[in-house]
Amino acid sequence: MDLSAEVCLKIYTDMWRIRLFEEEADRQTNLGNVVGTLHMYCGEEAVATGVCANLRDDDYVLGTHRSHGHCLAKGAKSDRMMAELWGKATGTCKGKGGSMHVADFSLNMLGANGIVGAGIGPTTGTALASKLRGTDQVSVCFFGDGAAARGTFHEAIAMGSLWTLPVVYVCENNGYQQWVPRENVAVVDSVADMAASYSIPGVSVDGQDVVEVYEAAGEAVKRAREGGGPTLLEARTYRFYGHSLGDEQQYRSSEEVDEWKENRDPIKLLAQFMRDRDWLSEKQDQTIQAEANAEINAATRFAEESPWPSADEVATDVVAPIQEVA
Amino acid sequence: MKTMAFNEALREGLHEEMARDDSIFVIGEDVITHGGPYKVTEGVAERFPGRIFETPIAEAGIVGVGVGAALAGMRPVVELMYLDFVTCAMDEVVNQAAKMRYMSGGQGSVPMVIRLPCGVGRLLAAQHSQIMESWFMHVPGLQVVVPSTPADAKGLFKSAIRSPDPVMFFEYKRIYTSKGEVPDGEHLVPIGLADIKREGEDATIIAVGPMVEKSLEAAITLEDDGYDVEVVDPRSLSPLDTDTICSSVRKTGRAIVCGEDSAFAGAVSEIAAMIGENCFHDLKAPVARVGSPHVPMPFSAELVKHVVPSSESVVSAVQAVMN
Repeated sequence: MDLSAEVCLKIYTDMWRIRLFEEEADRQTNLGNVVGTLHMYCGEEAVATGVCANLRDDDYVLGTHRSHGHCLAKGAKSDRMMAELWGKATGTCKGKGGSMHVADFSLNMLGANGIVGAGIGPTTGTALASKLRGTDQVSVCFFGDGAAARGTFHEAIAMGSLWTLPVVYVCENNGYQQWVPRENVAVVDSVADMAASYSIPGVSVDGQDVVEVYEAAGEAVKRAREGGGPTLLEARTYRFYGHSLGDEQQYRSSEEVDEWKENRDPIKLLAQFMRDRDWLSEKQDQTIQAEANAEINAATRFAEESPWPSADEVATDVVAPIQEVA
Repeated sequence: MKTMAFNEALREGLHEEMARDDSIFVIGEDVITHGGPYKVTEGVAERFPGRIFETPIAEAGIVGVGVGAALAGMRPVVELMYLDFVTCAMDEVVNQAAKMRYMSGGQGSVPMVIRLPCGVGRLLAAQHSQIMESWFMHVPGLQVVVPSTPADAKGLFKSAIRSPDPVMFFEYKRIYTSKGEVPDGEHLVPIGLADIKREGEDATIIAVGPMVEKSLEAAITLEDDGYDVEVVDPRSLSPLDTDTICSSVRKTGRAIVCGEDSAFAGAVSEIAAMIGENCFHDLKAPVARVGSPHVPMPFSAELVKHVVPSSESVVSAVQAVMN
């Protein structure tokens, strides 16, 4: 699964779209326009982009509370996502979901999820649906290292393996479950090692290196699509921001964060990889960043100019209107 | 019309629906071996191979898989062996299945039926005898369906399977083998429509699940007192057919709401409050509730009979209201 220049450019562009989307969302929070909370994906961009570059539009993706990156990497429109963060009627979920529930079902991105580890069962279910229908769609579940402690991880992966389902379980191990370093609360260092309990392959990669992520995910997706069953893919990564907005981050040093930002930034690492192969000129780089910046600014304008949901929206989408019932 | 048992009616409904729609599949514990714990899934593995999944003992996983399959357009029929075990899958029911349509702004929905064998059957004490209808009535996005007869069981089950949204389908274990007439051919009972099981003029008994049968027995006893009571079976607790219930109460001026579950914060309490709010000026007496006391289900048969309300409890409640 070698990474071509073309795919690299696409991934590089998406990484910038995600990075700038998150920074803009943070800025809009400070301006009081985006309310609630945000779980920023900055620092982890290589995971979503490296995995999703292997997926088709009809493949399923389910995410976490930190899923803006997963949505954008799956192809969701930044303007409708930003509108969702504002709570506007034009948001992906008409303003009813917000940051923790962004979703684009037209792309089979079935949503972020506010409950840790809650997407693992449902992703096993989308994979079961594909198998029952005889399609070759693959399902991907993103979850954090904290989710690997939940019973849902065990229950769902066991069933995914039992029925040889076309699913890739992607653990974004960023070293912290909310405010607690992983080593304080986990007895297994590598989540990938847990795969042995379910008789499926467990692979651990450097989640800052998109080339590694892309190649490992490519193999896992191929295996799933060809009927070989699930893979547990762990990407060792790092979040540049706190768990959510307002996190004082007393559990880690600013030196540690700076070290990752300086030397382990997935965007910088990919840029270097491409420059080494003459796949990215200075001019191309500037253009990519300028276009991503323009896209995100347009997203904010779209959100700002969009209408608020009307009051009657409170009671729609709870259950189907009665006439839809057979 | 043919006579069949409650569980046979469910089985017939399941087979008919699975033959009609390829997207329906069954998932749960022990659902293949011995035809399932209650014989409802009997014959499915043979007739619809590959469309029934016998799972590990993993309720959160089972319901979670159902949620995902439903989001992807399938129609899972989930069996939880005992209703009590749904507590192991509360996130999947409450935070996932119930809220997907709303959180996604209507992009997706979860057309899933969760079958919940509930109540006292054999004497299995506090962890295998609960009902908990009101827990799920309280969650927007869930439909709560409680059939009391084989005909309603079949008709409501088929409607539940066809519903675009999740249905918590309560099956009282004690009435699985009770028999009744079921209409021939396609028989659908809409969710959200109450049924008047007996017409009367003097008081309205609103009875949930097996309390319907006990209330009909009570009605016969009450004839000796000269009371002509009406028995209304809501059949679905959410949505609740408030129109049918209120029309009956306005006619009779008296309401006795009966369920097997704890009356405290139970389904009967919501119905009683709704009647009080809407029919206050038509009432000739305060609304009465019949339910179990607020205690865990004991084991001993001698204790159980003080917990589960009987037809005599209904008779006493009606007599009190009439006086």
